[in-house]
Amino acid sequence: MLTISRELRDKIVAHARRDHPDEACGVIAGPAGRDRPERFIAMTNAERSPTFYRFDSTEQFKVWQQMDDNDEEPVVIYHSHTATEAYPSRTDISYASEPQAHYVLVSTRDEQETEFRSYRIVDGQVSEEPVTVAE
Amino acid sequence: MAIEVRIPTILRTYTDGAKQVEGTGSTLAELLTDLESRHGGLRERLVDDGGLRRFVNVYLNDEDVRFLSGLDTPVKDGDTVTVLPAVAGGA
Repeated sequence: MLTISRELRDKIVAHARRDHPDEACGVIAGPAGRDRPERFIAMTNAERSPTFYRFDSTEQFKVWQQMDDNDEEPVVIYHSHTATEAYPSRTDISYASEPQAHYVLVSTRDEQETEFRSYRIVDGQVSEEPVTVAE
Repeated sequence: MAIEVRIPTILRTYTDGAKQVEGTGSTLAELLTDLESRHGGLRERLVDDGGLRRFVNVYLNDEDVRFLSGLDTPVKDGDTVTVLPAVAGGA
């Protein structure tokens, strides 16, 4: 299960809306081993594409260094789908390499409603999990 | 002195759980060959016939080696090589 504050959930949704129709992506870091998303980091989608995303590698290096220095880990890795449902694509699954992370997908295909869903992706197996939004 | 190599969680099965290993070589390709002699299987996760795999980022100090010379990038004692899984996907 993913437990996330409303504030962080809203930040993900706002980022996804802002970058629509391109895919938006980012990380929420949290203390290692605590499964608690705390520090929101919007990342640059180096692909700037409506169908693909990739963290800018130089930016990723810096962010991963910071997390290492702070004894944090990527608790949430999020990205948006802008024309399809919020479900991991085959590419998403093949790239997923943080087994402890919650992979959050949001879909901005509908102008009003934003789908917000979370998954674990381990060894190519996807399992959806409930999302609890804490006030 | 040697070259320090930082290994991401997902590849630590090849390093007996070690977060950091050391190796030698004058290019990244040589370093990976040297690492392979002690950490069998690691090289194949990083490299395929066409060079570095798309799924991984390899950095020399703080620079992505794709912006340097890829596998031919010169390395030397005291350098740090960091491996990170690329974070990517698509609809």
